Amino acid sequence: MGAISLKHVEKTYGRGQGSNKVIHGVSAEITDGEFIVIVGPSGCGKSTLLRMVAGLEEITGGEVHIGGRVVNRLEPAERDIAMVFQNYALYPHMSVYDNMAYGLKIAKVPKDEIEVRVQKAAKILELGALLQRKPRQLSGGQRQRVAMGRAIVRQPAVFLFDEPLSNLDAKLRAQTRLEIQKLHQELGVTSLFVTHDQVEAMTLAQRMIVMNGGRIEQIGTPEQVYGTPASTFVAGFIGSPPMNLMNGQAEGGRFTIGGMTLALPEAPPRAGALTLGVRPEHASFGEASATSWPLKVAMLEMLGAERLVYGHLGDAMFTLRIDGTLTPPKAGDTLHLHVEPRHVHWFDADSGKRV
Amino acid sequence: MVENRPLATAISHLVLVLGVIVIAFPLYITFVASTHTAQDIVQVPMPLLPGPHLIDNYTAAIQGTSGSAASTAPVGRMMTVSLLCALVIAVGKIAISLLSAFAIVYFRFPGREFFFWAIFVTLMLPVEVRIGPTYQVVSDLGMLNSYAGLTVPLIASATATFLFRQFFLTVPDELVEAARVDGAGPLRFFKDVLLPLSSTSIAALFVIQFIYGWNQYLWPLLVTTSEDMYPVVMGIKRMISGGDAANDWNIVMATAILAMIPPAAVVILMQKWFVKGLVDTEK
Amino acid sequence: MAIEKRVWFKSWWLPWVLLAPQVAVIAVFFFWPAGLALVQSLQQQDAFGTSVEWVGLDNFRRLWADQSYLASFKTTALFSVLVAGLGLMISLALAVFADRVLRGAALYKTLLIWPYAVAPAVAGVLWLFMFAPSIGVVSFALRQLGIEWNHLLNSGQAMTLIVFAAVWKQISYNFLFFLAGLQSIPKSLIEAAAIDGAGPWRRFRTIVFPLLSPTTFFLLVINVVYAFFDTFAIVDAATDGGPGKDTAILVYKVYYDGFKALDLGGSAAQSVVLMVIVVALTVVQFRYVEKKVNY
Repeated sequence: MGAISLKHVEKTYGRGQGSNKVIHGVSAEITDGEFIVIVGPSGCGKSTLLRMVAGLEEITGGEVHIGGRVVNRLEPAERDIAMVFQNYALYPHMSVYDNMAYGLKIAKVPKDEIEVRVQKAAKILELGALLQRKPRQLSGGQRQRVAMGRAIVRQPAVFLFDEPLSNLDAKLRAQTRLEIQKLHQELGVTSLFVTHDQVEAMTLAQRMIVMNGGRIEQIGTPEQVYGTPASTFVAGFIGSPPMNLMNGQAEGGRFTIGGMTLALPEAPPRAGALTLGVRPEHASFGEASATSWPLKVAMLEMLGAERLVYGHLGDAMFTLRIDGTLTPPKAGDTLHLHVEPRHVHWFDADSGKRV
Repeated sequence: MVENRPLATAISHLVLVLGVIVIAFPLYITFVASTHTAQDIVQVPMPLLPGPHLIDNYTAAIQGTSGSAASTAPVGRMMTVSLLCALVIAVGKIAISLLSAFAIVYFRFPGREFFFWAIFVTLMLPVEVRIGPTYQVVSDLGMLNSYAGLTVPLIASATATFLFRQFFLTVPDELVEAARVDGAGPLRFFKDVLLPLSSTSIAALFVIQFIYGWNQYLWPLLVTTSEDMYPVVMGIKRMISGGDAANDWNIVMATAILAMIPPAAVVILMQKWFVKGLVDTEK
Repeated sequence: MAIEKRVWFKSWWLPWVLLAPQVAVIAVFFFWPAGLALVQSLQQQDAFGTSVEWVGLDNFRRLWADQSYLASFKTTALFSVLVAGLGLMISLALAVFADRVLRGAALYKTLLIWPYAVAPAVAGVLWLFMFAPSIGVVSFALRQLGIEWNHLLNSGQAMTLIVFAAVWKQISYNFLFFLAGLQSIPKSLIEAAAIDGAGPWRRFRTIVFPLLSPTTFFLLVINVVYAFFDTFAIVDAATDGGPGKDTAILVYKVYYDGFKALDLGGSAAQSVVLMVIVVALTVVQFRYVEKKVNY
């Protein structure tokens, strides 16, 4: 019922000479009940894609299916969707109750049915006491919950979230994240959640769609995206601090980067110009060995449970994450890094794609 | 104000009070004059305190029973004409402009730019500039000496459309999108969301247009031919037939006071919206 | 603020229906008469309308050669300078003092804005009454001071009368705008200047007044337009354009020539000249306001 299918979806603004293609043939299959997060930097097209699914933007090419129907030509209200906007979009002159009831009123749902649905949503979101208030009398977090309540009462096949947590402060954001997760567990409705924050993506997604420049870089579970990034973009975007990426020439068991040649514990899948990637937490240091890498320590940052060590490998900067209770190295020290082969990622130096 | 100088504050108050007195002086004189007999006023100097004939004068004015040589149109009738005109103009203008501004802001259609500029152009030319030909048109349409002739040509100007357009542009786009997702079509959106949000602008414009309509002089002067269609603002002038002493100045003054009451009441009662609407939207 | 909306509704018929009432009204009562005015200004009709003669720009040439028209131009220019100048100065003074006063500001505001509601015609009658040569209160007081007041004979006094009436009415409008303008100047600027050692008058001259210039310019144009057009009723009520034609401002002349003297071609030509002036003023104002919008 709530399965979504994107088939080569394209978006172009303008016509002829001045036209601007912002979404280049995006395809994805989303099963009913899945919580999908579309994540990417500003301008990557994620909001545009969401709005095309919603019906708020024209679909220039390709098809969008919801619940088995092609919805390209349908108005938002006919697509069986509900949307939670970044700025809440609550009607300022209506009470919380009326805000939630508005869509149902237009759909000619009988009054007692409306009452039942609104009260149920209010209970789930703890809005019971606020039903008669106007939006301007509510805090940001409360307004966001009303926006979600408005979506819930429509009992749609799909929930669409457009960066709903961006306007909340850090603490509230963490709280609301958990509430959204809880909501999904209870209601099980297919959800498309757009964000630029990779933490939100990792914590909420059953599967993620990582987008960049109007294209899908990778679709996968958080574990897949984190553990097996499909490109340097995904590798650098997901995970904080980001994965260390170094460009160089690979030959046999050796990798030459600027200013240094690294001995590899295992040969790369192919030779030539490649980019090597290692996450900061996947390197450890200890005794020098044939395949260890000498890191010259430059700076340290103490974070409490862990410590970040910044240093140089040849010309490249490398970040290392170590346990905060260990005795810290000093600036100027040389650490001998060990990396297990399974934690070494290889990407083509030109295309950025995984090899 | 930075320095706390009591002398400066005292001067400020003094100047302001002086200003209020100078502003209010004509009104005071008018009121006093409306409470005396004509003979009392005509003797110079006029008494400066109110007299005993308030009820007599006002009744005579309203019923048009003074013995003056000039026009004796019953003010009661004239006030009704003024009231109807002011209301029709205010309501008419607001209604038409809301619809036009909505069309221009929230739709895309060929000729949209053209119509916007056509409406904008009318802002630049008040009725006084085209009196001759407009009179001809009204006459040709047989609308002389009628409520229609008094009001419809004045609904033509575009101040209200322009102001509503400015306001609509500040309404967040997301509200429209939320309404679309909720299933509201354009008219539904207009009625349920846009209109309630515009209530302050509508109130402010109502005050301005009501006063505009009530205070019309030149146009009614041209378009009416019989006394029973004179608005009160125009009727006043006709009551003074030139030459100081021949007029019943007390009745004239009573009429002036009566003519000032409705617009002043509207301004003072709706002062909050009026000031906000005038200053916020003109800029 | 957006110049255009990003979102809109789709409908091919609805916008036309919504626009129809306004378009119909302005087509019939604005564009058609404006067109007629242009056409008529190039024609000469006799008083009965039975013969029409195309005279090209003759009407306009006649206007420029007509002493009374040029005199009317001068009168109007003088009138608007006086009305705008006095009106702005007095209102600014009142607004400055109202801005300083903490207590009673709201009361002063209410007491000073109500003349906006007074019709120009009524204002004309009131001031006429006060200054009526034989019975007026003020003319009496002036006589006590040794000044002979008779605006029916003295054009200077007639002009003074209508200027006073016009300014009196306009003070509230100007006052409101100046007050709003003053209140939008950040207090921190004034305080910074005070710390720098500037006294109240210097602060006004170098900080407040320059920052107020968009408002001042806006009001200047509004007042000039007001003086040109909205004051017809005042002139008609107070002086009938007299003595003679000495207070016949341009718009009054259009009315007189068109409806009393029945010179339709000349009146239409005058209308066209007025149109050009207003358009010029409005364009200037619009351009200036748009430029300064980010002040």
